[in-house]
Amino acid sequence: MAEMTMIQAIRQALEIEMKRDERIVLLGEDIGRNGGVFRVTDGLIDQFGEHRVIDTPLAESSIIGTAVGMSLNGLRPIPEIQFFGFVYETMDQIASQAARMRFKSAGRYNVPIVIRSPYGGGVRTPELHSDSLEALFSHTPGIKVVMPSTPYDAKGLLIAAIRDEDPVIFLEPMKLYRTIKEEVPEEAYEVPIGKAKVVKEGYHATIVGFGPVMPLLKKIVDEYEQEGIHLELIDLRTVAPIDIDTILKSVEKTERLMIVHEAVKTNGIGAEIAALVSEKGVFSLSAPILRVTGYDTPYPVGTIEDDWLPNPKRIKAAIHELLSY
Amino acid sequence: MFNENELTFTQVKMLDEEGNIIGNPTITTSDEQLREMYEWMKKARILDQKLLRLQRQGRLGTYAPLSGQEAAQVGSAYALTKEDWVAPSYRDHAASMVHGLPLEQIISYSKGHLYGGKIPEGLRILPVQIIIAAQTLHATGIAYSSKYKGENSVAITYFGDGATSQGDFHEALNFASVFKLPVIFFCQNNQYAISVPLERQMASKTIAQKAVAYGMTGVQVDGNDILAVHEVTKEAIERARNGEGPTLIEAVTYRFGPHTTSDDPTRYRSEEEVKQWSQQKDPLIRLRKYLENKGLWDETKDNQLEESFNDELNELIDVIESKQIPTVDEAFDYVYENKHDLLVEQQEEAKRFLANGGGE
Ligand SMILES: Cc1ncc(C[n+]2csc(CCOP(=O)(O)OP(=O)(O)O)c2C)c(N)n1
Ligand SMILES: [Mg+2]
Repeated sequence: MAEMTMIQAIRQALEIEMKRDERIVLLGEDIGRNGGVFRVTDGLIDQFGEHRVIDTPLAESSIIGTAVGMSLNGLRPIPEIQFFGFVYETMDQIASQAARMRFKSAGRYNVPIVIRSPYGGGVRTPELHSDSLEALFSHTPGIKVVMPSTPYDAKGLLIAAIRDEDPVIFLEPMKLYRTIKEEVPEEAYEVPIGKAKVVKEGYHATIVGFGPVMPLLKKIVDEYEQEGIHLELIDLRTVAPIDIDTILKSVEKTERLMIVHEAVKTNGIGAEIAALVSEKGVFSLSAPILRVTGYDTPYPVGTIEDDWLPNPKRIKAAIHELLSY
Repeated sequence: MFNENELTFTQVKMLDEEGNIIGNPTITTSDEQLREMYEWMKKARILDQKLLRLQRQGRLGTYAPLSGQEAAQVGSAYALTKEDWVAPSYRDHAASMVHGLPLEQIISYSKGHLYGGKIPEGLRILPVQIIIAAQTLHATGIAYSSKYKGENSVAITYFGDGATSQGDFHEALNFASVFKLPVIFFCQNNQYAISVPLERQMASKTIAQKAVAYGMTGVQVDGNDILAVHEVTKEAIERARNGEGPTLIEAVTYRFGPHTTSDDPTRYRSEEEVKQWSQQKDPLIRLRKYLENKGLWDETKDNQLEESFNDELNELIDVIESKQIPTVDEAFDYVYENKHDLLVEQQEEAKRFLANGGGE
C-alpha cells in the first residue's frame, strides 16, 4: 500500500475503472490537456485518448446534458463541473433530466453517470468557487450525493459510484485535496454508498459531520478526550441517502447530537438529520439537537470566510452547550 | 443552402505593428484622444503587474491578469459616455477603470474584501461577474430598460471566447436582436478559455459571424489595434443609439500572462506563441510608436507616467492595507433589505464570536 493524497486516490480510481470498463468516458472543462485545474485527471488523456478524456466547450448544461445522452446509449460518463458553484448552470439537466429518467420511463432508462466536482471553503477562492450546495440535490429524488473526507473513502466511494446504476454527485473537498495523506490500497475496492462511518467511539455526545469539516472535528474530539470527555464522531460520507441507523444507534448511547457542515443552515443536511432523529429517536435525547454551519448568507469573500465557517470556537461553544444539559 | 465558405469576414485593422496607418481608413479619433488612451493602457499594464506582484507576496487573492488585452478594453470603454452601462467579467478592470471605477475598488476586490464589489453610487458598472456569460443577459436587460425609459444610453458587456459556448450568450444575442436593443456584445477573443484553445471551443471560423445567425451586425477587429477597436465600437454605439439594435464585436487579442494566478499556461501553449504576441503584437508598443512618430510621446513622458502612477498605486495600497478589514457580521446586512429574525439571531452570534477574538 502507498500513501496517497485525495487527488491521487481519486485519479487512481478513475484510472483503474477506465482500464476495467471501456464504456467509461470523462468530460469537462480543462480536464484533458490541462489535466484539470487541480490536476485530478493529469495524464489520463495521454493514457486513454481524446475520445475518452474530453475537453468540452465551456458550457455546463452541455456537459451534463450530453453525459445523460451518452449514458442512455451505453456509455458510463463521468462529467466534471470545474467548481460546484457553477452547478446552477446545469440544474435542469441534473434535477429535471438525470434524476427523473428512471422514474419517467418506468425503469426503461437509467442514467449511470457520476458528476464529480470540487467544493468547500477555507482556500480563499473567488466568488462561487467554495459553496457547499449538497442540500439542493439531497432535495432531488433520484440523485445520490457522496461527500468523502479521506483519500481511502474517496477512492472506494468513487469506484462504488461509478459502478452504481443511478446518477451520483461526487463532491471533493478542495481543502483536503492535498492536505492529508493516508495508506490507500493500489487495487480496486468499494466503500458502500449510503453508509456512515463511526470515526471515533464515545458516549458523552455525538457529532455528525462530512467533507471538509472532518479533520477539524477529529482534532477537537481528540482534544476533548484528553480532558476525559468522550465524544462520538460520525463521518456521514453519503448525504443522500442518509444513514440514519448509524446516527440513531449512536444517539441512543450518547443522548446528545450535533451536526456540523459548511453549507448554510436553513434546510441543510443538518436539518434533515435533526428531523429524522426527532421522528425516530426523540426519546433517546436529553438535549436539543444543535447545528454548527455556515451562516445564512451567500458564501462570503476570503477575508472573512474563517469566521463564517464552522470554526473551533463555534464548534466548541456548541459542544459546551450540548454537554450542559 | 447557406455556406460558411461563401461568407467574407474581413478583420478591421487600422494601425500596423510599426504604428503606421494602413490604407485610408475613416478616422474620427483625434491624436489627443489617442494619447489619452495610451495613458490608460499604460496605467492598466502597470496596475496589472503590481497586482501580480502583490499576489505572489500573499497580499492578494486569486487574480486574473489582463496584460495584452489593454487595447481591446481601453479602446472600447473610451467610446462610452458616463450614461452608458458596463457589464464586465473578471478580467475587465481596464475597461471598468476607464469608465470610472476607482482603483481602490479594483484592489480591494482582488484582496477579497467585503466591499470590493460595491460600485460607487452613480457609476453604471456592474460588479465583477464570475459566472461565464451571465452578464451578457444583464446587459441585454439593462438595454431594454434604457429603451423603455426613452434614455439614450447603451450597454456594453465584456466576455471571452469561451463564453460564446454558453447558452446565456446565445440567448442574450437572440433576445437583444429580437427587440433591437442598444447593447454591444464585446468579445475579447484571447484564443483560450483557460487551457482550451479556440478551435476546441467552436468549429466556426470567427466569433463575429455568429451575429449573422441572430440577424445583427458582427464585426471582427484586430483587438491589439486600439484605433480600430475604438472606431468600430463608436460605430456600434452610434447604431445602438439610432435604434438599429445590437452589435457583436470580436476583438482578436491574446493574454500574455496566465489565466489566473493559479494557472500554469506552459501546460497548454508554447513559449514561441506567447513571444510572438508579446514581442510583436503588444498593443502598447503599437500605439506608442504611432504617437512617437507624430512627436506626441517620448521616453521621458513614458517614464514620468510610470513613476507617478506607481507612486499613486503604492500610496493607495498603503492606505488600503492600513484600514481595518470589514468583518463577517457586516455580511448579514446585505442579504435582504430587511433581515428576518433568524438572520438577526445569527448576526448576533457572529458578533459574539468576533468580540471573543474570531474563529481560532
Ligand atoms: C459557468 C462557469 N463555468 C466555468 C467557470 C470557470 N472558468 C473561469 S474562466 C474560464 C474560462 C473563460 O474563458 P473565456 O470566456 O475565453 O475568457 P478568458 O478567461 O479567456 O478571458 C472558466 C472555464 C466559470 N467561472 N463559470
Ligand atoms: Mg479567452
